[in-house]
Amino acid sequence: MKLEDIVSSATRATRDGFGEGLLELGKQNPKVVALTADLLESLQMHHFKNAFPERFFQVGIAEANMIGIAAGLAIGGKIPFTGTFANFSTGRVYDQIRQSVAYSHKNVKICASHAGLTLGEDGATHQILEDIGMMRMLPGMVVINPCDANQTKAATMAIADYYGPVYLRFGRPAWPVFTPADQKFEIGKALMLAEGSDVSIFATGHLVWTAIEAAKELAAEGISCEVINIHTIKPLDETAILDSVSKTKAVVVAEEHQRNGGLGDAIANLLVHNLPVPIEYVGVKDSFGESGKPVELLEKYGLGKKDILWAVKDAIERK
Amino acid sequence: MGAAPKFGAAFLFKRLEILPLPQLASIPIITLSTPINFDFSTISINMADFSKLTEMAQQVRRDIVRMVYNVQSGHPGGSLGCTEFFVALYGNVLKHSPKSFKMEGKNQDLFFLSNGHISPVWYSVLARTGYFPVAELNTFRKLNTRLQGHPTTHEGLPGIRVASGSLGQGMSVAIGTALAKKLDHDDRFVFCLTGDGELQEGQCWEALMFAAHHKVDNLIVTVDWNGQQIDGSNDQVLSLGNLPAKWKAFGWDVLILEQGNNLEAVITMLRKAKRRCGKGKPIAVLMKTDMGYGVDFMQGTHKWHGKAPNQEQFELAMAQLPKTSLGDF
Repeated sequence: MKLEDIVSSATRATRDGFGEGLLELGKQNPKVVALTADLLESLQMHHFKNAFPERFFQVGIAEANMIGIAAGLAIGGKIPFTGTFANFSTGRVYDQIRQSVAYSHKNVKICASHAGLTLGEDGATHQILEDIGMMRMLPGMVVINPCDANQTKAATMAIADYYGPVYLRFGRPAWPVFTPADQKFEIGKALMLAEGSDVSIFATGHLVWTAIEAAKELAAEGISCEVINIHTIKPLDETAILDSVSKTKAVVVAEEHQRNGGLGDAIANLLVHNLPVPIEYVGVKDSFGESGKPVELLEKYGLGKKDILWAVKDAIERK
Repeated sequence: MGAAPKFGAAFLFKRLEILPLPQLASIPIITLSTPINFDFSTISINMADFSKLTEMAQQVRRDIVRMVYNVQSGHPGGSLGCTEFFVALYGNVLKHSPKSFKMEGKNQDLFFLSNGHISPVWYSVLARTGYFPVAELNTFRKLNTRLQGHPTTHEGLPGIRVASGSLGQGMSVAIGTALAKKLDHDDRFVFCLTGDGELQEGQCWEALMFAAHHKVDNLIVTVDWNGQQIDGSNDQVLSLGNLPAKWKAFGWDVLILEQGNNLEAVITMLRKAKRRCGKGKPIAVLMKTDMGYGVDFMQGTHKWHGKAPNQEQFELAMAQLPKTSLGDF
């Protein structure tokens, strides 16, 4: 696909895609059950609850209990989807996920909205930027961060067909929709958005769109960017990454997360052992966020379009 | 032979209680081959079966001490204190299929151990009731074992459905399985054992609130109420206050078992708990036990929570726990 062909005609929140996907799953698979910790509509789970009240559990503001109950439902053969903010889906319940879900290999889908800076005005208490790192460190945990509402819906439905623990991360703000509504989602399969020769931009989540915009601008300057959507951070599509990097010999990784522990570190770890090349990180530099509008925050914390432009140029210069 | 004579259970157990534990195996009545029915409507166990369970409890205590001694690590105190509970549950109360263990446990009773550190008693009882070979108890806590220090599904040991050890999580998981049973119109029960010190974890009270609010009335949680934890008594470390009142205030049907180290009393209580299910409330059994019960120098103190006996102590313990016809692992 060519860069100029990637366009967005609408904006929708990725959490809307989750709500739709969950409702659809409810119709297709009677084993699917859902739980929330007092964030029903924030997670767009009311669609599922209204359609399947007997398969929906309101656990109240008690996330640790929610994770344990989900593990139990999975033992009973159900496919539980838990829904709360990313902060309360990970850091608050890390030990419960570690022991009752990951170590016990339970078929629990931990679905997390309002991840990252783009949560906005609520500020740093709620803007988790460490969740990908925490989740990808857990043995056997699948970590997925889709880029738009359509892809989030497709991912939500795909993870029900996979047996095992999954962390599905999405967000709050309305965001450009540019992937097809009827797409198939394949866990662990990176998506080539635009081929290029000078640099590989690996992006995940909201920053995939930002990377596309940056690449379009760079193309006008004569810089050819390969843009790849890494929606699955674990398992990482090593083949796709190595294939791209062996061609471009320079890498930029863009994510709405701390530089520590996120997609950038996952790719750096792969490349340092296989194909050492210059890597530039676009991510938060060891800092907490603050209140503000989503795009203002992305720009202030070095996650804007211009940050990707600079990172690309730096990476190419270091070749 | 004519009709078997009936014994009053209360009478029978008054006799048992006054005898020191090591002599239990030699009590003449437990060697009777003819079933003698208890004159006790709540117990459907005949004397022969009961004598087998008594012997099993004795053997389980030997197993616990030998396992912990062998690897010089593990948790004998709580294990010894919960021996009657495990023997009663697996030997008489649970509807289960040890030879064909299935994770989902459809139409079976399920059990979850929240205080996973008392794995020795669980492993011993699982082995002695047929989940895996008794000889495997030799591998406890050794490299490549399925009998990890704390129970886990990771190595595929039959009988275990979730990892436990980090405290406070078992009740939540048990609730989830109880909900799954309700969704599937499966009318069997879910049992869970939790420690008392463990109740200091906040997640426990989240679980208590949920189970009452959602009327999870196919769930029976037993608390090993021995009053001890690693750093001392509950009251020294962090008082649990009025435990029965707290559980009642959280909306549970609360039963108190004063004699948690009396096998007959435990069986009676667990059966009673099952009969209380299906009435809109989860059931709690607050079970008073003696930590370290059966080995005099380990009994009633937190000091043997997670400590292995040395050779001299091991021999002293073994002298108090004579061999049984079941044989050591």
